[in-house]
Amino acid sequence: MTFFLWTSAIKVVVVFTAVMVGVAFLTWVERRVCAWIQDRLGPNRVGPEGLLQPAADGLKNLFKEETLPASSDKLLFLLAPAMSFVPALLTIAVIPFATPLPTAWGDVPMVVADLPVGFLYILAFASLGVYGVVFAGWSSNNKYALLGGLRSSAQMISYEIAMGMSTVAVLLLAGNVAVSDVIARQQESTWFVFPLALAYFIFIVAAFAETNRVPFDLPEAEGELVAGYHTEYSAMKFSMFYIAEYSNMVTASALMATLFFGGYDIPLTSWDNGPPWTIAKTLATLAMFSLKVGFFLFLYIWVRWTLPRFRYDQLMALGWKVMLPLALGYITVMASAIWLLHARLGWTYDTRFALALFGLNVLLAIPLFFALDRGHLISGSEARGEA
Amino acid sequence: MNQPYLSFLLLLAFVAFNAGALIGMSHLLAPRKPTPVKETPYESGMPPLGDAHERFSVKFYLVAMLFIIFDIETVFLIPWGTIFFAAGGPGMGFLLIEMLVFIAILAVGYVYVWKRGALEWG
Repeated sequence: MTFFLWTSAIKVVVVFTAVMVGVAFLTWVERRVCAWIQDRLGPNRVGPEGLLQPAADGLKNLFKEETLPASSDKLLFLLAPAMSFVPALLTIAVIPFATPLPTAWGDVPMVVADLPVGFLYILAFASLGVYGVVFAGWSSNNKYALLGGLRSSAQMISYEIAMGMSTVAVLLLAGNVAVSDVIARQQESTWFVFPLALAYFIFIVAAFAETNRVPFDLPEAEGELVAGYHTEYSAMKFSMFYIAEYSNMVTASALMATLFFGGYDIPLTSWDNGPPWTIAKTLATLAMFSLKVGFFLFLYIWVRWTLPRFRYDQLMALGWKVMLPLALGYITVMASAIWLLHARLGWTYDTRFALALFGLNVLLAIPLFFALDRGHLISGSEARGEA
Repeated sequence: MNQPYLSFLLLLAFVAFNAGALIGMSHLLAPRKPTPVKETPYESGMPPLGDAHERFSVKFYLVAMLFIIFDIETVFLIPWGTIFFAAGGPGMGFLLIEMLVFIAILAVGYVYVWKRGALEWG
């Protein structure tokens, strides 16, 4: 028990620090990648290649004067950044990031808390982030902030439904919500991105909307709302919203990697799938996991400088009229296909099963993308001739 | 392994402490020289007109209500999803039909909501 407490305490501190440093590093990466895509230099003065820029920004924010609007609700105004910050940094807790680490006193699982509720915990805590946004928007007593907060909360809850339903498809194959079981199931056969390709598509769109990133960054559309819900925030409190947004991105990327890309699983080898655990395995799987998460984070930045922003009615139409029925229909099709293959034809779940489902996904994807691309569904009222 | 919720509580305490520390530290370290102009809400440099806590679009309430309905449907689907594959054979067929009936009822409600114009944002 003492050993368990000590390892837990160490993991808590290490994971928290890793996420905070990762977020700081990510802000630098985002600015450098953005500069690279736009063919300019980006921050390159502070430290080698500008690597110390986030540290300089953090220190500056700590010593800056904070404004507190006189007409604001003081308590909620102070509470809001914390209400964003805490859930954002808690969500990563259930995601295993490597195989267990062997020590002289026993194996240490490389996850902060392997909760039996699994990724439902992530969905639950990700929704709690809405409170921070609503509190910030309401308490500032600023029109931009209020509108940004309202928009943001409506957007986050709208896309949460599609996100939740796309994970039901994962449950159909994994049979358990515990994250370690989801990963084990993918190690046995193949990554869920193949048999559940469209669920992954729904999930990634919903994840972009949940984290308020382009093309769904309506809450802080700077052309219309200044900075959205954190317009009145400055110095460290603004920084905390920023950290929360970026750590939500990290969690969403980690969740994508875990649910659809095998978590820390190294592809095309079963060397890392079972005991005996060694330090080499832990390090290799940790590197693999970081690589996958890093790729999705890069994807976030890449998309940001590639796609334009949606208009608000288009955003809501996409969420309610496309993503929700798509997710519901997908669950019924997948459940029927699994019933046919498993109960009628007697196939057990293996790579052949997964590839058969992948073929079905490709067949479904062709008409789906054709329909989405025709410009009828998400074009908005003006293009439909209703304006 | 034996008590995963304990580790979660540790993390919760640590993160909450850090959140408090960040707010507290900047409160202690930063200068604070408030002036009346600094404390007015930002409205693009114009003197703010009226209060921000006016009435806002009823659409947002509607979205919240629709969210509760459809999110609960998702919550109902999750336990069904966990037992679906393991049921096998005839049990699986029963589960499939059960879910199809459930989604059909849900679809009726969804079509009603759509036809009534609750999903239009115009």
